[in-house]
Amino acid sequence: MKARDVIDFAAGALRGYRMRSLLMLLAMAIGVAAVVVLTSLGEGARRYVANQFSALGTNLLIVLPGRSETAGASPATLLGETPRDLTLDDARALERSRHIRRVAPVSLGTSVVSWRSRERDSVILGSSAEFLPLRHWNMAQGRFLPAGDLDNAEAVCVIGENVRRELFGMHRALGEWLRIGEYRFRVIGILESKGQSIGVNTKNLIMIPVASAQQIFNNPSLFRILVEARSREAMPLAKRDILDIIRDRHQGEEDITVITQDAVLATFDRIFSALTYTVGGIAAISLAVAGILIMNVMLVAVTQRTAEIGLLKALGAPGRHILLLFVAEAALLSAAGAVIGMALGQLGSYALRTAFPELPAWAPWWASLAAIGTAMITGVLFSLLPARRAARLDPVMALARRQT
Amino acid sequence: MIELRNLRRDFQVGDQTVHALADINLRVAAGEYLAVTGPSGSGKSTLLNVLGLLDHPSGGHYLFEGRDTTTLDDQAQAELRNRRIGFVFQFFHLVPRLTARQNVELPMILAGIEPRERARRASHTLARLGMSDRVHHRPDQLSGGQRQRVAIARAVVMQPALLLADEPTGNLDQASGADVIRILEDLNQQGITLVVVTHDQSIASRAHRRVHIVDGRIDQDSGGNEGA
Ligand SMILES: Nc1ncnc2c1ncn2[C@@H]1O[C@H](COP(=O)(O)OP(=O)(O)OP(=O)(O)O)[C@@H](O)[C@H]1O
Ligand SMILES: [Mg+2]
Repeated sequence: MKARDVIDFAAGALRGYRMRSLLMLLAMAIGVAAVVVLTSLGEGARRYVANQFSALGTNLLIVLPGRSETAGASPATLLGETPRDLTLDDARALERSRHIRRVAPVSLGTSVVSWRSRERDSVILGSSAEFLPLRHWNMAQGRFLPAGDLDNAEAVCVIGENVRRELFGMHRALGEWLRIGEYRFRVIGILESKGQSIGVNTKNLIMIPVASAQQIFNNPSLFRILVEARSREAMPLAKRDILDIIRDRHQGEEDITVITQDAVLATFDRIFSALTYTVGGIAAISLAVAGILIMNVMLVAVTQRTAEIGLLKALGAPGRHILLLFVAEAALLSAAGAVIGMALGQLGSYALRTAFPELPAWAPWWASLAAIGTAMITGVLFSLLPARRAARLDPVMALARRQT
Repeated sequence: MIELRNLRRDFQVGDQTVHALADINLRVAAGEYLAVTGPSGSGKSTLLNVLGLLDHPSGGHYLFEGRDTTTLDDQAQAELRNRRIGFVFQFFHLVPRLTARQNVELPMILAGIEPRERARRASHTLARLGMSDRVHHRPDQLSGGQRQRVAIARAVVMQPALLLADEPTGNLDQASGADVIRILEDLNQQGITLVVVTHDQSIASRAHRRVHIVDGRIDQDSGGNEGA
């Protein structure tokens, strides 16, 4: 018997029992659609969080002064010493590591900012030219802080959108001089608004060279140092280098904390992946249920079609042809169910994306493959029992029943 | 072509054993036209089923074209049923969802014959049985006699050596029954070995040889070469 004829015959049998076939098709389709939609939801949530984090910067390490509590008490803290401050020299020293691509020292404070008669309070962030690429920020107008010596306290600033609007209104901001505390700064650029991401809001910010910030706040210590490693793989090496370099500079004292973005992200990643697997697994159970339904319906079909099976045997079909025909029926149903379910599932996740534009709800490819695979395997597996029963039917017994 | 040696077929019903066929010895030569008669329950259908390899004897040997069929596996028996033996049933046994031609194509599909060749041979065979204008009808759109013709077409489309018919006229009126018998006899004329089970004496009397069965044993055989 040719493969095409097997399929044709099986398809004919399925069409012959329309209601039953539709029911099984529906069960399969719902199962597959459930897997696709639910995993797309889980994956969407995972990616949403991942996006939020990567908006902070890739391969980012954050160096804070002070030993984190969890790492245990160092002799210094036991002696009641305050930890040594991070300085611009510390930041410069970090650039020596070959695992580190960028270093941006950060000095932070607030101050009154004014232009002509208008004034407001603003967060002042002192840093270097490296800060922009490190944080993946962009300029709306003008240019960012100039590159050059970190000690160079140039009187230039870059402002956020809200600051620009409140101070300058309709007036052109670029090139104007504004006052921060006692000092005057020339506006050289305006930051592009990034929406509300984890971290600082770019709109309310004023950025100046780090040395200028140290002058204004009269404080040589840094709030933190941002470091970008050369690659994801280099992150642990970069972290080790940071600890080594700073320890050398701080008389053998490990008095800083290095936070890696990825450690936090990886935890979230694991949580959401586990969530996706779980939800997908639960949905896959509905596929198994569909498989059991197929088995039941096929068992009934074998009983109803005993005469047909007997006839086929009488006409010269060996047992394995009969087996093949029934398995082919189940496989066809499962395949059609999987295709319909896929379409429904994609439609469902499209609806999710439309309803929640923030959520990148795309079903992961492995989930779609697994859904189709599970549908096919359960369909075929659960049809084996009825198919074998059909294959073993005695032709005489099968034909003993009346039929047109 | 057919040789039965001490053939038995027992059925176990509860703790009772029914000897549907007991110690049957029979030889049928190629091209013979044989009628099997006997009272109800005498074992006629059982004999035909064994001859058609639809049923397995409980004992003895059945040689078909010189091969002992009792030693053949499922696959080999299926192949014999497909290529060498045709079966016509009292209840037609057509597949209701298939048209006349598709029903006739079934044994060819099982044999793996090309669709074009299948259609050609099915149409040709149906035409020979005067069914050319009913090729695309489904069984429920055909009369009893027409259904039986489709069944006969299906039985002979593979050009078998042996045609077995179990009360082929049992469900037909006089006229269409006579038609069916004429068709079967024509096929026999063309060389096919024909074995017909019938209750109808007038049909049995047309056969070249009559075997009468009573209680699973051959009571009379007009061919007379029993126990060869
Ligand atoms: N599957 C079976 N199980 C038990 N007994 C059976 C079975 N098939 C047939 N028999 C018995 O075997 C005997 C012969 O049955 P068979 O069907 O061959 O009779 P028959 O000559 O064809 O009768 P009829 O003319 O009524 O068709 C009967 O006694 C019947 O009860
Ligand atoms: Mg009978």
